[in-house]
Amino acid sequence: MSIVFLQHNKIALALHKVREGNGRALLLLHGLGEDAAAMSTLSINWTGPIWALDFTGHGQSTVPAGGGYSCEILMADADIALRHLGEATVVGRGIGAYIAFLIACARPSLVRGAVLLDGPGLSGGPVHVTSTPEIPTAGEREGTAPDPWALIELSRDARPQNYVLTFLRIAISDSKIDEPISVVCKVTPPWIEAIRAEAGVLTDVNMQDALDIYAEV
Amino acid sequence: MQQETRTYPGARRPDRIRMNNASGVGIAVYEWGKESDPVIFFVHGGSDFAGTFDVFAPLIAAAGWRVVAWDHRGHGDSDHASLYSWDADIRDALSVMSSVTSQPAPVLAHSKGGALMMQLAESSPYRVSKIINIDGMPSKRRMPDVPDHDQSRLLASEIGSWLDYRHVATEAQRKPGTLQDLAQRRAKMNPRLSIEWIEYLVTIGARQDSDGWRWKLDPTMRFGGFGPWRPEWSSLRMVSLTVPFLGLLGTVDEPMGWGARARDISPWLPSGGRLEVLDGLGHFIHIEDPINVSNLVLEFLS
Repeated sequence: MSIVFLQHNKIALALHKVREGNGRALLLLHGLGEDAAAMSTLSINWTGPIWALDFTGHGQSTVPAGGGYSCEILMADADIALRHLGEATVVGRGIGAYIAFLIACARPSLVRGAVLLDGPGLSGGPVHVTSTPEIPTAGEREGTAPDPWALIELSRDARPQNYVLTFLRIAISDSKIDEPISVVCKVTPPWIEAIRAEAGVLTDVNMQDALDIYAEV
Repeated sequence: MQQETRTYPGARRPDRIRMNNASGVGIAVYEWGKESDPVIFFVHGGSDFAGTFDVFAPLIAAAGWRVVAWDHRGHGDSDHASLYSWDADIRDALSVMSSVTSQPAPVLAHSKGGALMMQLAESSPYRVSKIINIDGMPSKRRMPDVPDHDQSRLLASEIGSWLDYRHVATEAQRKPGTLQDLAQRRAKMNPRLSIEWIEYLVTIGARQDSDGWRWKLDPTMRFGGFGPWRPEWSSLRMVSLTVPFLGLLGTVDEPMGWGARARDISPWLPSGGRLEVLDGLGHFIHIEDPINVSNLVLEFLS
């Protein structure tokens, strides 16, 4: 795999080219605590080039000091990759599925379909206010990938249903395709429950079927 | 280059300044008063810095308190971090608190700092003995009558703008200007504060480069923003607090305020909590009327 490093503010993001191809790019987003290598093992039939991104604090991307992660920052990571790739279809696993959903809604003209798969970090934290236990240090692994602060913060980030529904309305309104989101995951945390019955969301498909549909649009 | 300084009646720079390492992020810490006095923590609001307490902190220190404040990450003289979040701000606060005492201590916090400290006090009640919250009690306000599709349109525009900014954030710099330029810009956000006070603040919260003054605030940070956080979550934390609570609220809306009203906040006060409404004051109550507010605070602390 070749790697391109893209600058996202103070972070150098590692974007791995998994496979050459002709046509629209496929962007793979890994689960929480994983890296691009975990995505490169997926069995995918896609004619275009396939790329896999290491999120901030993961894989070969920069590990920042002192945490401060949010899913919105990871969404911006994906946006930096899309600026490099142009129009793309996105496959996300675990927290990467949530990010794939967010970026598909936020950039409906760039993302030609997002496929959401099971994986680490799919659920996130509560959908409502909750206490935050005191966690003074990230432990011995601080400063190494996957960043312990990413694991701590992104595994308990709030994902209210009304938030994802607002995002989905943007995708439905502005996407060039009828069903820009494909829910393939079996695990259904509250944010997935909130969107799965909505217009614009394809369900009861497997990953390859969803990709075949998006390859045609 | 020798940086220009200003004075302001009653303003006094801290007696001690140091850096605290919060998991690799340097946090600038300031203290007024004797080290042997009981500790109280002061927490500034969003886009502000600890120097905004330069008049108020000496009043509390003079009454026998060791006032400890800090610049949040990305603010004032603290490090510009790679990432910013609500939880990271709370962790940084705990790091500073731990560097001073392991005992519960009172906290006085303004604006966003107030909302942060309510979360800290609710999750770590053994850290906080009392809370004075100065207009940092966001509450759910009735949304204007905007249809869903228009709200989505507004959000789409906000998200797009934010994402676009992330692409150029690497090269972002604060706009330089004269000391007076920066003060005039700030005055638009702080319309009730005197220009003399704001010019004094420029000499603390900005740096003088060869091409002019620039605010030290990390240019990658933007006012406002979007995300899953909802202001009413702060109300749910507030009502859960068990420590003595004093809320201070002005009656005049300002650009940097939450726009909260006493009738919105009162139902969510913690048991035994007290809300003081100061007529005719804006968001920066402690700066507009430091003497009266310090008297209220000292009475509450006693």
